[in-house]
Amino acid sequence: MRRKLNKFPIYGLLVMGSALFLVPLLWMISTSLKAEGAIFVFPPQWIPKSLHWENYKTALTILPFATFFKNTCIITFFSLVGTLFSSSLVAFGFARLRFPGRRVLFMVLLGTMMIPYPVTLIPMYILFNRLGWVDTFLPLIVPSFFGSAFFIFLLRQYYLSIPLELDDAARIDGCGSFQIFYRIHLPLIKPALITVAILNFMGTWNDFLGPLIYLQSQEHYTLALGLNIFKGMYSTDWNLLMAASLVILAPTVILFFFAQKRIIGGIALTGLKQ
Amino acid sequence: MTRRERREAIEGYIAILPWIIGFIVFMAGPILASFLVSFCDWSILKPARWIGTQNYGTLVSDPLFWQSLKVTFIYAIVSVPLGLGTALAVALLLNQKVKGLAGFRTIFYLPSVMPLVAVSLVWMWIYNPKFGILNFFLGKLGISGPEWLQSTTWVLPALIIMSLWGIGGGMLIFLAGLKNIPFELYEAAIVDGANSWQKFRSITLPMLSPTIFFLLVMGTIGSFQVFTQAFVMTEGGPLNASLFYVLYLYMQGFRWFHMGYASSLSWILTLIILLCTLIIFKSSAAWVYYEAEVKR
Repeated sequence: MRRKLNKFPIYGLLVMGSALFLVPLLWMISTSLKAEGAIFVFPPQWIPKSLHWENYKTALTILPFATFFKNTCIITFFSLVGTLFSSSLVAFGFARLRFPGRRVLFMVLLGTMMIPYPVTLIPMYILFNRLGWVDTFLPLIVPSFFGSAFFIFLLRQYYLSIPLELDDAARIDGCGSFQIFYRIHLPLIKPALITVAILNFMGTWNDFLGPLIYLQSQEHYTLALGLNIFKGMYSTDWNLLMAASLVILAPTVILFFFAQKRIIGGIALTGLKQ
Repeated sequence: MTRRERREAIEGYIAILPWIIGFIVFMAGPILASFLVSFCDWSILKPARWIGTQNYGTLVSDPLFWQSLKVTFIYAIVSVPLGLGTALAVALLLNQKVKGLAGFRTIFYLPSVMPLVAVSLVWMWIYNPKFGILNFFLGKLGISGPEWLQSTTWVLPALIIMSLWGIGGGMLIFLAGLKNIPFELYEAAIVDGANSWQKFRSITLPMLSPTIFFLLVMGTIGSFQVFTQAFVMTEGGPLNASLFYVLYLYMQGFRWFHMGYASSLSWILTLIILLCTLIIFKSSAAWVYYEAEVKR
């Protein structure tokens, strides 16, 4: 009985905390449905007097958000393909194949996760500029075909949990390493690949600095970039700004709801490295 | 090496080849290039000119460099421990076998999946001095709220408060760390008559110290690289009160095309981050507890 009573303050704090965490989101939804005049009313109304769903249509047609959406999808898709292909292969190499220097190279890989991105920002821009890739999607896509340290690390953890006997048995049957990778390991780590796919999707979808630096003409903009331009043009139309923001954050939030377990598992795993 | 071993080694190198190439082209090469460029005067439009250490000399006497360093340090020193503390507190609450754990966890993690540009916009609206929801609440408590993003005093606190909305990732990692603490330790403590605080102090904290260490390192590195929110919300203002280091670097490099100067800025940042990480690593011997050390 005492234990049950003890939990009241815990629930109290949790409910209060989650209410605080939800306020910005609710405030966003509420604002997005208000008439232009109703945003600047004091005290603010939580539930708008009349619901202006047309704000969404207005917000998304003032700027070519359909184009931004298409661009974001293209970049996200190819970055996903590249990441899944390269990271799964590299992680397999690090987890299952023995070669001289493996330990050192893996330490280097872990070390690259701590290198601040600004130090490569300028030379990368110069490089892509030389290649004539500025204002194309290539700088945002091509690097993902060469593996991401974080995802390689994550996938390696999963590969390590697959029993070695499976590899040995396959080798006795005459399988080469890449057959083992393709036929045995890839199907087994499918759940991990989904986790990587989701995290990569969110990262690319939400990325701002990359598109900001590399995309110049408006027809190449991504959603995040478009939203920022929108902010610059309609800085006081908070109802429209909130409507556009909500639409842009919807895909990642919806994906999160469907794939919570995997995301949470993936994030949790990152903290457990030695 | 037997033939089979040699074959496996070759296959191993082939498997990691994409990363090796990527490492050389997108990491090691650029880092080296950035080092060289930092000794040049280069506006991208004109050919680069070698000017020796002049960029670094300019930097020392550049008030905006010092301002951006100050802003970034204050932000890091306050937001990282505050974020870790809050994430740990939430994780501890969620670890009390509460009902509806999944629901609470979702709510606390939700902001972390949102695009930072959208998050920045909401908070701009929340911080609106006249019609924002924050000053409305403060008004109800009888406090007349400050101008937040338009105030040189309050712009940094505002960005720090906003950063707390993104503690979801840390909370999840703490939660996983807490789940990993063997329950027998607590049972033994209960037998010995330990109270909650003693259990927390002598079991939870030491067992969690590797997690705290990991999050402290990653959080510090991350906080030195704040860009998007400052770019979208304040552009460094008012009066450079929120001129974050990377924002200044971006302006030098991509607004004014001082590629050489921006590169020297990026090198100083890298050294600072390296130094901070090193200090945390060194100090960790004193406070991070690894189970394996005792087992030996």
